[in-house]
Amino acid sequence: MQEIVMPFNNQAMALLCLLIPLLPLIGFIVNGLGNRKLAKGMVSLIGCGTVLASFLISVYLFVDFTANGSRAYTVDFYNWISVGNMQIGFSFLIDQLTLLMMLMVTGIGFLIHLYSAGYMSHDENFGKFFAFINLFMFSMLLLVMGSNYVMMFVGWEGVGLCSYLLIGFWNKNTNYNNAAKKAFVMNRIGDLGFLLAIFLIFITFGSVSYPQVFAEAARYTGGIDSTVMITITLLLFVGAMGKSAQIPLFTWLPDAMAGPTPVSALIHAATMVTAGIYMVIRSNVLYVLAPSTMEVIAIVGIATALLAATIGLAQNDIKKVLAYSTVSQLGYMFLALGVMAFDSSIFHVLTHAFFKALLFLGAGSVIHAMSNEQDIRFMGGLRKYLPITFLTFLIGTLAIAGIPPFAGFFSKDELLAHVWEHNKLMWGLGLLTSFMTSFYMFRLVFLTFFGTFRGTEAQKSHLHESPMSMTLPLIVLAILSTIGGFLGIPAVFGENMHVLQNYLAPIYGYAQVANAAAVAPLHIDHATEWMLMGISVAVAVVAIILAYVMYVSKKQVPAAEGTQLSPIHNLIYNKYYIDELYNAIIVRPLMWLSSVFHKVFDVTIVDGIVNGVGKFVMQSSRTLRFAQSGAIGFYILLMVVSIALILFLNFFIG
Amino acid sequence: MNQIPEIIRTIPLEYYLFFSTALFAIGVIGVLTRRNAIIIFMCVELMLNAANILLTALSAYRGDTNGQVFVFFIMAVAAAEVCVGLAIIVMIYRNIRSTDVQLLNRLKW
Repeated sequence: MQEIVMPFNNQAMALLCLLIPLLPLIGFIVNGLGNRKLAKGMVSLIGCGTVLASFLISVYLFVDFTANGSRAYTVDFYNWISVGNMQIGFSFLIDQLTLLMMLMVTGIGFLIHLYSAGYMSHDENFGKFFAFINLFMFSMLLLVMGSNYVMMFVGWEGVGLCSYLLIGFWNKNTNYNNAAKKAFVMNRIGDLGFLLAIFLIFITFGSVSYPQVFAEAARYTGGIDSTVMITITLLLFVGAMGKSAQIPLFTWLPDAMAGPTPVSALIHAATMVTAGIYMVIRSNVLYVLAPSTMEVIAIVGIATALLAATIGLAQNDIKKVLAYSTVSQLGYMFLALGVMAFDSSIFHVLTHAFFKALLFLGAGSVIHAMSNEQDIRFMGGLRKYLPITFLTFLIGTLAIAGIPPFAGFFSKDELLAHVWEHNKLMWGLGLLTSFMTSFYMFRLVFLTFFGTFRGTEAQKSHLHESPMSMTLPLIVLAILSTIGGFLGIPAVFGENMHVLQNYLAPIYGYAQVANAAAVAPLHIDHATEWMLMGISVAVAVVAIILAYVMYVSKKQVPAAEGTQLSPIHNLIYNKYYIDELYNAIIVRPLMWLSSVFHKVFDVTIVDGIVNGVGKFVMQSSRTLRFAQSGAIGFYILLMVVSIALILFLNFFIG
Repeated sequence: MNQIPEIIRTIPLEYYLFFSTALFAIGVIGVLTRRNAIIIFMCVELMLNAANILLTALSAYRGDTNGQVFVFFIMAVAAAEVCVGLAIIVMIYRNIRSTDVQLLNRLKW
């Protein structure tokens, strides 16, 4: 087997690699320190400029990489942690997957930075916003570029921190702060799993650096589905569950919509939440050694996709609908991972990043025009007022619904074809999810952009198309959402046309050795593939027609707050009461336990000791103060007696 | 100049010890029992001189001049101390029209 990863000795290129995450970090420091002092134009220039520079360097790196025979390499900077036989280097791994993620993160990141410059222009903490979002770029790049699990973990925690900071960006609102805390705590549960997995990886393979771990794993003799492999992969998956919002740790993502809309687009739709998928694909060698874990991932994925999609059917907040749709699409991606369709999963990550960022930014544009109204019941007819937003939003919706030739069609179709091969029942459920996705997305479009305006007069007079800096990213993302799918043209349209699959093939080199059967390419005859394609498009179209009939022809509007709903409608409107359930079984008992500890341990024992010391000193000084009578003669007598006593004792004892 | 130590040595050392102890005791008792600040001051001087006598006597008996040098130090310090002490007493007298230390008991909790 040829050595897959080799070290890299080109100083200039190493510096460029380092600059990619470093530039956003510089942006963070400058904008953070100059929050109130720098002019807004300067802040946006620094914020957007650094990310644009990172993107351009990434493109250069990508071109250089492909020009030099697409050989993966590591860039070592220095020895970061060195304890006993554990050596953890500060180094980057540049391979196909890293470059893909880098381009996606910096490219979409730049567009969203640009958008934020317009969207946040009225905010007093403009500098703070750009500082945080730049810090996010830094952490995310560290996450995808790191060449070992510890660096990934650092980036992992960094993006979690930025997510917390940005969800609670408008920190004067207690609800937003609670949402931020919820996201942070839920992520922490996942992080514990990830951390334990890192420990176990170190124990098992004696290293945490990818090249060594994967080479060891490829030689692994414990066989398929050994206990240790299942434990490692399951623990890693627990980490992914938290970050990528899968059952049971998904409830933070809809709440995370409390943050500014560009944050929802960048962090909670396009990049951070896909970190879990990146991690699984990065560790593909370990996962192919544990097919049982893959089964678990597939089940969790499809369950999440279905659950979130049903909740999405009944939400009335434009961002909540998109949030549940994100959870649902993430479920899809994990479903793809579960059936070992790594390529399809990353393909869907990519197209999803395009169209979901587009949808969120479009929603942001709508909210901007509606003077911060997010309830679709008070919108309608916006097509006339926001033509660019409408058009781009429609493209995003067509893409997510899976209508050819938009991006979502290709990735979703490929994904479902893999699922069909693996398990027909899961495919059926996936199709159902696809139907619901298409329905609720078009419900959103029809309620927002069609019909007549249902908001207040004040809002109506204020309606306007967003400024250039906001519409430009929309247009670029719309183009990407339209053509992005052609990266992965299925075999029925031409053999070897799947650019992405060919490009990513080398990253499964070790997996080929470990378990060749698991990563065998999909062999599905063309007739079946045509059929599957036809079915999924038909299902999407039926859903669109249904939504059109309900919300355009019959002019239905979701029931106002407080009206009686049918039991099932009520159940999904209230998100299956999952938040309430978590409250009852986890939060409430924890609160109770804490209050018991507070009363018993804190108040009586800890406070008791501290206060006791104080009380003792007070009491003894109260007694002792009588010795200070002010009579000098008495003091002198005591002095003489004491000296005499000392001398006396000295004489006998000394 | 050798005569002075010899003269001192004509009296046995024990006598000096008894004498200086008695002088010191008188001083201590005086400080403890008297109320007039000036008399207390005089008693303090008695105690200092008791120490001086002892230093001189032992110095002569041991043939070591360090003791006598020390006596001069003590005298100089005592003189300075008297200056400061008497000034304080004068101030006390001006303030409370008395030199009775028992009246000065306001410095307490």
